[in-house]
Amino acid sequence: MAEVSLRNVVKRYGGHKVVHGIDLDIAHNEFVVLVGPSGCGKSTTLRMIAGLEEISEGEISIGDRVVNRLAPRQRNISMVFQNYALYPHMTVRENLGFSLKIAGKPPAEIEAAADEAARILGLQPYMDRTPGELSGGQRQRVAMGRAIVRHPDVFLFDEPLSNLDAKLRTQMRVEIKKLHRQVGTTVVYVTHDQVEAMTLADRIVIMKDGHIVQTGTPLEVFERPVNTFVASFIGSPPMNLVKGELRGGVVELAGGGQLPVPPGIQTPPEGARVIFGFRADNFMPVGHGLAETGPVALLELPVTLAEPLGAESLILTELAGVEVQGKMLNPRPIQPGEVLSFQLSLDRCHLFDADTGKSLR
Amino acid sequence: MSRLRRFLRDNAVPLALLSPAVLVILLVVLLPLLFSLYTSFSNYRLIRPESLWDVVWFRNYLRVLGDGDFWAALGRTVLFLTLVLNLEMLLGLGLALMVNRLTFGQRTMRTIMMFPMMFSPILVGFQFKYMFNDTIGVVNNALQSLGLTSHAIPFLVDRWLAFASIAIAEIWMSTSIFAILILAGLFAMPRDPVEAARVDGCTNWQVFRHITLPFLMPFIYIAMTIRSLDVARAYDIVDVMTGGGPAGRTELLWTLIARTAYDDSRMGQANAMAYVSILLSIFFTWYFFRKLMAARKHLGVF
Ligand SMILES: Nc1ncnc2c1ncn2[C@@H]1O[C@H](COP(=O)(O)OP(=O)(O)O)[C@@H](O)[C@H]1O
Ligand SMILES: [Mg+2]
Repeated sequence: MAEVSLRNVVKRYGGHKVVHGIDLDIAHNEFVVLVGPSGCGKSTTLRMIAGLEEISEGEISIGDRVVNRLAPRQRNISMVFQNYALYPHMTVRENLGFSLKIAGKPPAEIEAAADEAARILGLQPYMDRTPGELSGGQRQRVAMGRAIVRHPDVFLFDEPLSNLDAKLRTQMRVEIKKLHRQVGTTVVYVTHDQVEAMTLADRIVIMKDGHIVQTGTPLEVFERPVNTFVASFIGSPPMNLVKGELRGGVVELAGGGQLPVPPGIQTPPEGARVIFGFRADNFMPVGHGLAETGPVALLELPVTLAEPLGAESLILTELAGVEVQGKMLNPRPIQPGEVLSFQLSLDRCHLFDADTGKSLR
Repeated sequence: MSRLRRFLRDNAVPLALLSPAVLVILLVVLLPLLFSLYTSFSNYRLIRPESLWDVVWFRNYLRVLGDGDFWAALGRTVLFLTLVLNLEMLLGLGLALMVNRLTFGQRTMRTIMMFPMMFSPILVGFQFKYMFNDTIGVVNNALQSLGLTSHAIPFLVDRWLAFASIAIAEIWMSTSIFAILILAGLFAMPRDPVEAARVDGCTNWQVFRHITLPFLMPFIYIAMTIRSLDVARAYDIVDVMTGGGPAGRTELLWTLIARTAYDDSRMGQANAMAYVSILLSIFFTWYFFRKLMAARKHLGVF
C-alpha cells in the first residue's frame, strides 16, 4: 500500500518561493495528474516527491514513511523523465535491468523481469540496441519499461509525452492508461496538456503559480470550475467568458445586451461585477444541437468564422463585443456574416466574481 | 591511361593550386623521413660524413634487437608511461570532480590548474632536480628539519627513487591536461541519466561508476592518446634531472637514442632504434584510439 501525502510543502530557490505550501493526499493505486501552465511548479513538486529536490518546508510521506530525509533510492519510486533520460551507453536490455542489477538481484531474475517488461511494451525486437538507435516512441517505451520492472510503490511521470508527435502521443496515452490498469500502482503524472490530464486522471490537481487551484475528478473540474482560471484552462475550446454587471436579477453585459442569471447560483448583490461563462458545447445553433432539457436563452448572432472539424464545426461569433465560440453538430456550410439563432443552455452556464475570479455557484 | 589524362585535364586548376603544398610536404616531411630511414640501414657516424655511403643493410636493426640496454630502456619507457598515465588520469579525474563541484571561483581554479603547463619542461626538470637534491634540496631539508629522517635521502641517485622523482615531475607538469579534458566532459554531461540512476537505486558511488565514468571515458581516452605520444618521447625532464643515470638506471628510449646519436656519433644505429621505438608510439596511439571509438560509439553525443 502506498499512499502519498504532501503536508504544507514549500519549495524555495534562494529566497524565491516557487511552491507555496501544497497539501495533497493521493490514495493507493490512484492516478493523479498535476496540470497547469508551464512554470507553475509541477515538476518541482514531483521532484520533491522523488527526492531529487530538497523540501524547503513541510512534509512528504510515501506509505507510512516520512521521506523528507530519504535519498531517492530509499523511496522505492520510479520516474519517467521528459527527455527519457535513458542510459546512453547501455542496451535496451541493460537499461531495463539496471535498477535490479543495482539492487543485487540474480541475473536470471533480472533477465526475466526485463523480458516481461519488453513483452508488455512490445520492445522485444529492440533489446540489443542502444538508445541512440531507437525512435522517440521506442525510447519512451524503454523509459516506461525501466520504470515498471522495479514494481515501485509510486510511479512519477514528468511530461513523458511532450516530445512525441500528436499521433504517437494519443497512442501512448492509451498505453499508459492500460499500463496503470495492469500494474495498478499509485501514479503522479505531470503535464501542461489539459487533454492528457482529462483523459488519464482519476483525479486532476490544477496548479497555478505554485498553488493548488482546484482538485477533483475530470468531470468535476470540467463542470464546476472554481474560478475563471480553471474555466479557461480545462476544456477545449476554453470556456467563453463575458463581463457584465448584475442589474435587476439579470446580467447586463458590458458590451450591451443581457443574459439571465443561470439557475443554481447564489444570487450576488445588485450591481456586483460578474463574469458570465459558458462552453461551446452548450452554445449551439437551433436545429444543430442536442435536445435541451433545461431552460435556454435564444441569441441571434452573426457568424464571424466557421471552422469545420468534420463531425462538428466550431462557430466563431461575437457576443456583446467579445469573441465567443459555439459548436454546430451535423454541420452545414456557413458563410461569414450569416446570422444564426443560438440556444444557450442556462443550467450549464457559470457566473464568476469579476474581482476575484471565483465561481458564484 | 586516358582516364588519368582526363582526370588531370578536368582538375588542372585545383591540382596546380595544390602543388605548392604537396611540394612543401615532400621537402619538409617526406625527404628527411626517407633520409633517416636510409641512414638506419647505413653505418653513418656524425664525425665521419663519408660513412653515410657505407650501407650495412639490417646490421643496425639486428644490433638493436640484440642490445640489452635498448630492451631495458624500452621496458623502462613502457613502465614509465603506464605509471605516469594512470596516476595522471586518477589525479586529473579527482581534480576535475572537485573543481566541478565548486560553486564559485571555478574559473580561477581552471586557470590556476593550467599553470604547470605554461613552463618549459627543461625548467620544470631543473626545478625538481633542485628540490630533490640530496644536499641543498628543499625536500630533504624539510624532511630533516621535521625530524622525519636523520640523513639525506639520495632521491636522484637511488634507482627507484630517481625513477619516481622523474615521474613526479612529469605528473606535476601534465596532470592538468587530464583534468581539463575531463572537466570538459563533466560540463557536457547530461543531468537526466544521473537523476534516473539515483531514482533507480544508485548510491553516489554507483552513479559515478555506472553513469558518470562511462560518459567520461571518451574524454579520458583523448587525454591518454595525447599524453601517450607525449610521454613516449620523454627526453627533456629526464635529461635534466638524471641524464639517464645514475649508470643508465633511468635511461628511457629517447635519452638512449640521443646518447647513441650525439655522444657516440652513431647516427645510423640511433635511427634504427628510433624506428623501432616509433612502433611503440604507434601501438599506444592505435590502442587508445580504438578504445575511444568504442567508448563514444554508444554515447551518441559526439
Ligand atoms: N533550479 C532552479 N533554480 C531556480 N529556480 C528554479 C529552478 N528550477 C525551477 N525553478 C523555477 O521554479 C518555477 C517552477 O518550475 P517547474 O516546477 O519546473 O515548473 P513546471 O510547472 O513547468 O514544471 C519556475 O518559475 C522556475 O523558473
Ligand atoms: Mg516541468
